[in-house]
Amino acid sequence: MASLQLSSVSRIARVALLALSTFWIADTIPAQQLPDNIAQRVAACTACHGKEGRASSDGYYPRIAGKPEGYLYNQLTNFRDGHRQYPLMTYLLDHLSDAYLHEIAAYFSAQHPPYPAPQPVEATPAVLERGRALVMNGDSSKKVPACIACHGQALTGVAPAVPGLIGLPRDYINSQFGAWKNGVRRAKAPDCMAQITQRLSLEDINAASSWLAAQTVPEGALPAAATTVKLPLPCGSVAE
Amino acid sequence: MTSIKRILLALLLLIIAVPAVIIGAEFIDHEDAESAAAAAPSSPATEQQIARGAYLARAGDCMACHTARGGQPYAGGRAIPTPFGTMYAPNITADKETGLGSWSANDFWRALHHGKSKDGSFLYPAFPYTNYTKITHEDSNALFAYMQTVTPVRQPSQEHALRFPYNNRILLAGWRALYFTPGAYRADSKQSVEWNRGAYLVQGLGHCSACHTTRNAFGATVAKSDLGGGLIPIMNWYAPSLTSDAEAGLGNWELQHITALLKTGVSPRSTVFGPMAEVVSRSLQHLDDNDIQAMAVYLKSLPQNDPPPALDTPQPDKATADRVMQAGAKIYEQHCAECHKAGGQGIAPAYPPMSGNRALTMGSAVNPIRMVLNGGFPPSTQGNPRPYGMPPFGQILNDQEVAAVVSYIRNSWDNRAGFVSPQEVNRYRSIPLD
Repeated sequence: MASLQLSSVSRIARVALLALSTFWIADTIPAQQLPDNIAQRVAACTACHGKEGRASSDGYYPRIAGKPEGYLYNQLTNFRDGHRQYPLMTYLLDHLSDAYLHEIAAYFSAQHPPYPAPQPVEATPAVLERGRALVMNGDSSKKVPACIACHGQALTGVAPAVPGLIGLPRDYINSQFGAWKNGVRRAKAPDCMAQITQRLSLEDINAASSWLAAQTVPEGALPAAATTVKLPLPCGSVAE
Repeated sequence: MTSIKRILLALLLLIIAVPAVIIGAEFIDHEDAESAAAAAPSSPATEQQIARGAYLARAGDCMACHTARGGQPYAGGRAIPTPFGTMYAPNITADKETGLGSWSANDFWRALHHGKSKDGSFLYPAFPYTNYTKITHEDSNALFAYMQTVTPVRQPSQEHALRFPYNNRILLAGWRALYFTPGAYRADSKQSVEWNRGAYLVQGLGHCSACHTTRNAFGATVAKSDLGGGLIPIMNWYAPSLTSDAEAGLGNWELQHITALLKTGVSPRSTVFGPMAEVVSRSLQHLDDNDIQAMAVYLKSLPQNDPPPALDTPQPDKATADRVMQAGAKIYEQHCAECHKAGGQGIAPAYPPMSGNRALTMGSAVNPIRMVLNGGFPPSTQGNPRPYGMPPFGQILNDQEVAAVVSYIRNSWDNRAGFVSPQEVNRYRSIPLD
């Protein structure tokens, strides 16, 4: 009990000291000074991707918070180097260095703001069931592996480079499949998602995206730790 | 009757003869005396020469056009939109069949100095030989020596997609007769060595006038408005005048602010964006301090005598203007003031000042409109490796709101410039960003 009190006293003292020192700094450094931190530097990103990268409410811009760092870095360089097509992203990233993009990826990867509730479900139960089956089991007749085989049992991604699939708007998921189908989203070869997409029908894609977008992300969800489990097919963006 | 016939015959001859003479003259050119005098180097390139060439390739920003996004260095393929159609920069790697591998140093010099290809055909002036003609023969040879060391990439150059009649290279004979004379940089003995070095870089390799000078209907930069500013066609960014205090004239800038802007992309006075961010990123940040200083000295010395540009859009009446200013003030307070401050002083160099920032108050409002719509990051440079960015607002503000806030910024604090209409904003929403 006594030690508890002591520790809380010292905590209060530390907080007070910190507050005092910030006050002092704020008072002596000219008002022109900016917080020199990465959050301030990348405020441009959160205009669309939401506070701390939690995604916006309009259901298109994806959440970037908490995604695996390697995945975010790959996407940043893919936009910059023309392997993913979204002109505004390319324009914004055009002249940023690899080192800076690493830092930006690390920052958003470390943010874990709460997830919003899933979007209201519009699909029929049959469509949702087809989606669930594809995600959990794949479709061996089409040589489509289960999503969970690569994206983690909890579908929250696998560090360092496989993204989570839940907590994303359905429109966003659909448009990524469209981009793989049309060849405008390209990852390092072998481009596993581009291959899988060619094996899926539009109905399959709609079913999977409907089911994924309807899932509630459990509290404290994180990408699974890096694993040595063999991927069902080779992916250039995931270092072996 | 016979006299009419005679006149017609004479006219016909004139119609045939004049172009023939022009074309012939342009083909022959005056290249030979000069070329022969400074023959191609017979000894193999030295390491020093190659290193020098690599540096000069940076100064000339050759990569900007000759490398496609995500493509192999110098393998060409970048599309360059022009009012005459799309041009594709060719492969200039050392590949023998599809690049410059089979060229000689003299062929290279002829392209830079005379604007002609290896086979003697006229090059389109999207390749800025009107500037490169001022490059010395020694520098041309160094550049060539370096280009011959660039990893060969076998990739045939893409045909230009130009409209009739611009797709006929032979017509460039007429263009050249009007707008191009091969020439060398002539040092001004009344100026310092440093000034002359800066002038050589700005006028020649740097090809600053390619953007910062207005082009006429034939795509030629007009000499009398040299560096007087111009709207970059199709890309729709306005490259400000470097000779006007109302725009980007540098006469009253401190030298260290000019060098900071060129070398790092940011300065206490303003920040580079759009195509100039690319120039700093790919070219200027790699130049040594002496050359940057020389360019700054030269730019600062340019005569500052352009009249402020006239407004080309109708302006609102007093009541409407007041309403727009009120609406703009609200948007500014909500979205801009956190970084650029209520008093418009900004927090330089991260967030450039609004008050007194000439990038915002030029006759053409295209740049501030596009900054608000698309935001942007200055380039990562050695001096500013982790730039602060500006968010895009195009997705949350409608045309009317963007027009109001840009009008407000252009007419608050010390700024006085034309109001912007929602129609004008709308025009710039659909411009390709890449």
